[in-house]
Amino acid sequence: MEGIISQLFNGISLGSILLLIALGLAITFGLMNVINMAHGELIMIGAYATYVVQSLFIDYLPESMFNWYFILAVPAAFLTAALIGWLLEWTVIRHLYGRPLDSLLATFGAGLILQQAARSIFGAPNVGVQSPALLSGAVEIFSISFPKSRIFIILLVTACVLFMFYYFYKTSNGRRIRAVMQNRDMASSVGISTRQVDSTTFALGAGFAGIAGMALTLIGPIGPTLGTAYIIDAFMVVVVGGVGMLLGTVIAALGIGVFNTGFEYFTNASMGRVLLFAVIILFLQWRPNGLFNLSTRKLD
Amino acid sequence: MGLSKWIGTKQGIFIVLLVLLAVLPLILNDFHTNLLGRYLAFAILVIGLDLVWGYTGILSLGHGIFFGLGAYIMAIYVTTESSGGALPDFMMWSGMTELPFLWELLSNPVAAILLGILLPMAIASLLGFFTFRNRIKGVYFTILTQALVLVTVTLIVSQQRYTGGSDGLSGLSTMFGFSLSSPQTQLFLYFLTLVVLAAVFYFCFKLVNSRFGKVLIAIRDGENRLRFSGYNTAYYKMVVFTLSAGIAGLAGMLYVLQIRIITPTMIDIIPSIEMALWVAIGGRGTLLGPIFGAILANVGTTFFSENYPELWTYFIGLVFIVVIVFLPGGLMSIGNKLKRKRRGSDHEEAEQQAGSAADKHS
Amino acid sequence: MKKQNNKQDQPLTSILKCRDVLVKFGDFTALDRFSFGMADKEIHFLIGPNGAGKTTFLDVLCGLTKMSDGSITFQKNYSIDDKKEFEIARKGIGRKFQAPSIFPHLTVQENLEVAMKQEKGVFSMLRAKMTKKQKEKIDRQLEIIGLAGKRDILAGGLSHGQKQWLEIGMVMMQEPELLLLDEPIAGMTEEEEEKTGSLLRELKQDCSLIVVEHDMDFVREYAEKVTVMHEGTLLSEGTMEEIQQNDKVREVYLGSKGADAHA
Repeated sequence: MEGIISQLFNGISLGSILLLIALGLAITFGLMNVINMAHGELIMIGAYATYVVQSLFIDYLPESMFNWYFILAVPAAFLTAALIGWLLEWTVIRHLYGRPLDSLLATFGAGLILQQAARSIFGAPNVGVQSPALLSGAVEIFSISFPKSRIFIILLVTACVLFMFYYFYKTSNGRRIRAVMQNRDMASSVGISTRQVDSTTFALGAGFAGIAGMALTLIGPIGPTLGTAYIIDAFMVVVVGGVGMLLGTVIAALGIGVFNTGFEYFTNASMGRVLLFAVIILFLQWRPNGLFNLSTRKLD
Repeated sequence: MGLSKWIGTKQGIFIVLLVLLAVLPLILNDFHTNLLGRYLAFAILVIGLDLVWGYTGILSLGHGIFFGLGAYIMAIYVTTESSGGALPDFMMWSGMTELPFLWELLSNPVAAILLGILLPMAIASLLGFFTFRNRIKGVYFTILTQALVLVTVTLIVSQQRYTGGSDGLSGLSTMFGFSLSSPQTQLFLYFLTLVVLAAVFYFCFKLVNSRFGKVLIAIRDGENRLRFSGYNTAYYKMVVFTLSAGIAGLAGMLYVLQIRIITPTMIDIIPSIEMALWVAIGGRGTLLGPIFGAILANVGTTFFSENYPELWTYFIGLVFIVVIVFLPGGLMSIGNKLKRKRRGSDHEEAEQQAGSAADKHS
Repeated sequence: MKKQNNKQDQPLTSILKCRDVLVKFGDFTALDRFSFGMADKEIHFLIGPNGAGKTTFLDVLCGLTKMSDGSITFQKNYSIDDKKEFEIARKGIGRKFQAPSIFPHLTVQENLEVAMKQEKGVFSMLRAKMTKKQKEKIDRQLEIIGLAGKRDILAGGLSHGQKQWLEIGMVMMQEPELLLLDEPIAGMTEEEEEKTGSLLRELKQDCSLIVVEHDMDFVREYAEKVTVMHEGTLLSEGTMEEIQQNDKVREVYLGSKGADAHA
């Protein structure tokens, strides 16, 4: 029983990290149909932003303040990644709307550049970010221990998801974004600046990648290739979840997280991956367009 | 057709290229000939990749795996021959006492050569079967091919006792009794690769110019429309993807004999994407362009990445962006533009779109 | 001419029978237990306000959209209920889409060559050679659609009207038994309209036609039978004169604005 609960917790924990990464993809891929392979590098940028914030705290502030660095790290990671994302949209991606496969290749190139930039600035070896005391250790409930950092990540993800739902479905900005994504010409003819919506939406997606990067610093050391380990899994989340629906992304992320840890528990890490891949392919036989998909009457 | 005109056609350019490649070993030293031979193996691969991506509009980022399977299978055969039936070192270190069944099987050269082509084809047709018939979106397919790479590489690394793990296989010294390190053997392999390149090009050239090839282009341009003309497009896509994987396996076998080592990083995500880049650099949907793309990109990688590794990564990243965004037709489109200027042809627009057409209906 | 005489002698053979076809998109019911039948070699027009379900009905017939319920029988006993698009197309239902959809990077002639009735499996296609007969057929078709002079041009370079013609030519090359046309004269000049009309009459010699059209003059001129659809159901059916006399039809077209709100 305890084994199952802690496995389930591990699964949800992995799922929540995937979800945090996939949230940004759900925006850029799900809504804008851009395959941003540099998303992993935006995660990496968020992680390094956290690292920089922490270094500043260590260098310039009294030790008693140190615990609170991660409160500041969240907006710092978000804004840095959003800014780079905005630049990426402005320089590369805006030329590639409607060419999803091309966007994949071009952003992969951008990712290589960002990785190399990180290597040039911070060096190739991994750097460690120290967890605040507040988040180290574990909570014990019925003799099962739950690491605090993992609990924090789950809470952080929950907050992000709630924010996204609120932003997209309750605010006028969110409505504007959905309007543009659903019918670009119509939205533009009723006076919405589609260019502006594109760039802010993309920056928003990038910002979420930054937060994901911040969260990853709580789990282990970070390096220039941090994001590449997660990016393909995160894309699988969007594929399984279905395009354009946040709820699908949430369910898919948690599902993949739980299945993955479950398979690994019963076999081993590499067989777990093979099984997960097979399960996803089988799932797509049943739902080729993912969990949720709006059915429309269109040739393409 | 006059000779000067014929040389301007694709076949003409290809023949000139072949002649050039056939005399280059006279000028180059052994080392450079060997390097060029490896690039020619890549050139074989990109012809197959262009068939699926450039002509049919399916972007596969999993060709590193098909290439890698060919390479690994050939490497296993050569390793068994080189060690004369003794266990390779890495197996002894992991406590194995006899050759595993798969190695036993692959110590037969005929089985190895067949499987080097057939195994990639089997995996490709399996993946193709489960994705194309369900009309899983083009981009989903591309992501799945990447996942295939990730899964396979993880598997190869983890099955250290069978695959050599992340160190890969490197004990490739003799094949059919010939030393692979001797310049004569390598020169022979160079010409063998060149002959295979010519054969694959000829075969694919025939293919894309047949009615079958027109159907492939129609799939790229409007797969849905084509279904209403009575074509089972899923089956076509599966066949062409499978064929392309077989070509990749063949290329991998020739490659590994010339480089004499294969490791998981050589067939991982990044090399797999770079293969697509070579196609894009040369020009999608041209067969000929990708050959130039593969050779040029690899010459660049070899000579600049060793001397300026940092700058080279920036440069390659930039090439990705510039080629995809600003030169979707690749090098071939530059050639065509020049030709058009001379002739003043009028359907320029339609041709210009050709490059990015591969991406329209995904 | 001979065929038309036959028609008067014998009872009409049915080519299509649709019973209680139901199509839903989420909560929206596009076709609400729609029943329809038509005889062989008939030109049958579908009219109705936007959102009446006309195009959806064509989509169902060619396999693009699946029914939630109901049954459709083509010719004697071919049920299309669970068939894929390509199977339906091979059986003889051809579809011309509203927006011209052709293959822009094939030449005009190659577009026809690919569409032509032939064995369309992979291995037949690998072996396929242009026979003399096929060449003649393509040449004839090029003449009919007036694109003989443009045969070697990439189809993407044609004008809008020429693309429409090319697509009509492509479905004709399929030699269908039943041809579905969605607003074939949209965006055409009067002269082109007339040409299309006479083409329809010519087509009728060999196949049955269902045409969705908004242009009432065109319908009046060429329709043998007209079906009026409204909100996914059949409102009325008959000759053009009968339809024009029908009160319900007048109400939908002229009276209530409510009908258009559903569009």
